[in-house]
Amino acid sequence: MDITTQQFKHCDLVSVKGRIDSYTAPKLGEAIEAINNAGRYKIVLDLSELEFMSSAGFRTMLLGQRNCKRYNRGEIVLASLPKRTREALDLTGFTPLFKTFDDQVEAVGNF
Amino acid sequence: MKTAFFQAKFENLDSIREYVGLGAKDAGFNDSDIYAVQLAADEACSNIIEHAYGNDDTGLLECSYSFDGEYLVLTFKDYGCFFDPTSVSDPDLTSSLEQRQIGGLGLFLIKNLMDDVQYESHGEAGNVLTLKKRLRV
Repeated sequence: MDITTQQFKHCDLVSVKGRIDSYTAPKLGEAIEAINNAGRYKIVLDLSELEFMSSAGFRTMLLGQRNCKRYNRGEIVLASLPKRTREALDLTGFTPLFKTFDDQVEAVGNF
Repeated sequence: MKTAFFQAKFENLDSIREYVGLGAKDAGFNDSDIYAVQLAADEACSNIIEHAYGNDDTGLLECSYSFDGEYLVLTFKDYGCFFDPTSVSDPDLTSSLEQRQIGGLGLFLIKNLMDDVQYESHGEAGNVLTLKKRLRV
């Protein structure tokens, strides 16, 4: 899995390429944490190149969302959620916890 | 029946998913069900690596699959601690962000993605988790 981050004026973009499982999920957690540690809490997670995500990824996103939303200081939103991952998120009741956007531009524009 | 052995560590999850994915593909499963089988296998093996073996990454994970024309049967055998995934209750999927449980999601996914889940412990002879998925035509 590859993660790239990009800082915009109103939010940070985290793009994930590849597969998120118990082995790689900590890397995503670290990327989100690094942004939070810089005092930034508005994050777009671009999943257009995501191939697979297990519940380890869901947990990482949940913990990230909790921290970002605390004190109303921000939130994590999802862009280009692949069909299979959307189905798994629906199944586990995670969909209501995240705003989703069709693409990166729309997601960044939300902030 | 086809069998492969993996060292019980997270970095092998990729190979395990690929392995069971081949089994599902050979059985004629569609892309959506191949993904479901791979996700269930990942969750099952993640639990074994984390709970049955703890931090011991020298443990052995034996993965097998067979297809009888109707069901793809996956078995995962380990020689670690007894851990019955079928005894775990479902997480509350409606609770708020703050209240939402962190654990139990993997098992919930397995139970919902597969048609049958069984667990047997044979003591020193190992623990066997059997997952079945029906071919949809």
